[in-house]
Amino acid sequence: MTTLIPGMATRTPETLTMASALNAAIRDAMVEDPTVVLFGEDVGPLGGVFRVTDGLYAEFGETRVSDSPLAESGIVGTAIGMAMYGMRPVVEMQFDAFSYPAFQQIVSHVAKMRNRTRGKIQLPIVIRIPYAGDIGGVEHHSDSSEAYWTSTPGLTVVSPSNPADAYSMLREAIASDDPVIFMEPKSRYWSKAELSLPVQTAPMTSAVVARDGTDVTLLAYGPTVKTALATAVLGAAEGLSIEVIDLRSLSPFDDATVSASLRKTGRVAVVHEAAQFGGYGAEVAARLTERNFFYLAAPILRITGFDIPYPSPKLEEYFLPTPDRILAAISRWEWN
Amino acid sequence: MSLNVESTRIPTVLAPPPLRLIDDAGHAVDDSQTGGFELPSHETLLSLYRQMVIARRFDVQVTALTRQGRLATYPSALGQEACEIAAVACLDGGDWLFPTYRDSIALLTRGVKPENILASFRGDWHSGYDYHEHRIAPQATPLATQALHAVGLATAAKLKRDSTVALTLLGDGATSEGDAHEAFNFAAVWQAPVVFLVQNNQFAISVPLDKQMACRTIADKAIGYGMPGYFVDGNDVAAMFAVTSAAVDHARSGKGPTLIEGLTYRIEAHTNSDDPSRYRNAADVDVWRGRDPIERLEKFLVSEGALSEADRASITEEAEDVAAATRACMTVKAVVDPLELFDHVYANPRPALAEQRAALAEELADDEMSAER
Ligand SMILES: Cc1ncc(C[n+]2csc(CCOP(=O)(O)OP(=O)(O)O)c2C)c(N)n1
Repeated sequence: MTTLIPGMATRTPETLTMASALNAAIRDAMVEDPTVVLFGEDVGPLGGVFRVTDGLYAEFGETRVSDSPLAESGIVGTAIGMAMYGMRPVVEMQFDAFSYPAFQQIVSHVAKMRNRTRGKIQLPIVIRIPYAGDIGGVEHHSDSSEAYWTSTPGLTVVSPSNPADAYSMLREAIASDDPVIFMEPKSRYWSKAELSLPVQTAPMTSAVVARDGTDVTLLAYGPTVKTALATAVLGAAEGLSIEVIDLRSLSPFDDATVSASLRKTGRVAVVHEAAQFGGYGAEVAARLTERNFFYLAAPILRITGFDIPYPSPKLEEYFLPTPDRILAAISRWEWN
Repeated sequence: MSLNVESTRIPTVLAPPPLRLIDDAGHAVDDSQTGGFELPSHETLLSLYRQMVIARRFDVQVTALTRQGRLATYPSALGQEACEIAAVACLDGGDWLFPTYRDSIALLTRGVKPENILASFRGDWHSGYDYHEHRIAPQATPLATQALHAVGLATAAKLKRDSTVALTLLGDGATSEGDAHEAFNFAAVWQAPVVFLVQNNQFAISVPLDKQMACRTIADKAIGYGMPGYFVDGNDVAAMFAVTSAAVDHARSGKGPTLIEGLTYRIEAHTNSDDPSRYRNAADVDVWRGRDPIERLEKFLVSEGALSEADRASITEEAEDVAAATRACMTVKAVVDPLELFDHVYANPRPALAEQRAALAEELADDEMSAER
């Protein structure tokens, strides 16, 4: 479970949402390290459209927390220059699909600077992207862009699914000398947990077993961990023992933890919101098959969003992977 | 019905003459025409002359190496020496330069060795010099992206209360990119100590400036962002140096960014793999050859008695030394270690990359064994 960050005093337990845990992580990092700066659209006095940066402007002032002009490429591009001068910028892309104007800066520079300069320039930047759907958002507010980032060498891509991980992983991301794409599942911002901060959970780049099981392994991350856990509860009622792994880190991929589970259950399904074709699940399935073929009792399945643009709010319930859909999919395996 | 593009276009207002201190014929411009900028001292001008001559010798040498097939690609800056040298000459040791692929001679002038400049063109590694020692960012290829990095670095310096200024070089075509506009705007809003120096060499590969934009000058755009803009004769190093130095001082004293347009011309092809005869005529090139930045300054210095035969001899000697060093570094076989491919992707090592590295190491060992057999 959770342990303390050595040397940090424990605060009294409090009920925290994922959004407030993220807020606390940024605050604690800023207190500890004066080079951490925060900027983006509306992150100042408003505290961000999801209030993740609430109160930070008042506490740290305009030099460390600032509203930037409305330009995503500009936000990431200037963060690069700041990092070159010894800062640790934490920047927000207000919504998933609005990170696309910054695509070039992220893919061509953030990801490659260390490599281009033979390690002489490193960019300890955290790019926070509120992502995925299930909040009734209008178009361009519910995309899952992880496959773009995970197929880019040089980036670390992580996604927490609960408040404790949100705090711990964001602290680790800010402290990392590698640039991190920090994908925050919007639908989980209001999920709650009783925590005594500071908490330190498993290392940011590792997967964890969120629920033990012996018959099937469900691989999930970010928003779909909750869905997978609900599936396990339903499955148990039908006598099916489902193990749920919360990947947490999409790049790097924790082969050891996932392969161990696969070798135990022999059956794996990947669950994500993003479209299936060319998606993250395809990489996971291929990678696991290459390494564990003789341990597999059935082909690896993907239960994902359809290969369509993210639908409008009234239709998103048909798009999102649900426990029923997951159970129906795995029931089609030949069981003997 | 056909749409006549020419007739539907709003006529552009004629551009004003660019600011200059020394005219095409090498004469000092009348004080009333210089916008308050002063001619640099003879000593400064001689030093700028020396640097331009050396830079040109290097550029010509590298282009020759591409013609001999010893280098794959090189974007020449022949004819653009005044812009390039002014960019470097007005910076302090603590300032940063954010160059593009074309700005190799700016690197040379700031002290980067030919072998390190050519590392990327030779194909040894993407970028090959010591960024912190020289305070030069890696040469950027995606257009205009480096302008944002300059704004970020300058802003960080400002937050740290350092006096560092960042100067970034852009081409005229690059000013059409969104990143250029975002950089101008961020810099003006944040009052970042940045200087944007646009080398308007009038072509973006094959596309002339009038197909790139519809306003009079690039410098005019500064008004829209809320910063000073200057339209300067980019072949007059005296004017380029005076204006750029003033912009650097302006930034250093906390007054924010400046946009400078140097009007110049790309004498060579875009790169050695380009065929400029498809999009421009030789007569135009000749006109611009006649406005050569080095010859112009030379005429001025000679008429002022500020360039001696001894100066010429020592400059020529220095330029030949640089050319020799440039040729020499082509004969040194660069050691590129294939296993280094995996070394600089992440600060935190990744098991999967270690596996791929081990696989390549094994392949290399097998190759070596079969070669021995
Ligand atoms: C974002 C981007 N788009 C396209 C290119 C391909 N490209 C390389 S140089 C160039 C022309 C640039 O012209 P300009 O900015 O005027 O600079 P110059 O080469 O004339 O110095 C183009 C289109 C690129 N490098 N980056």
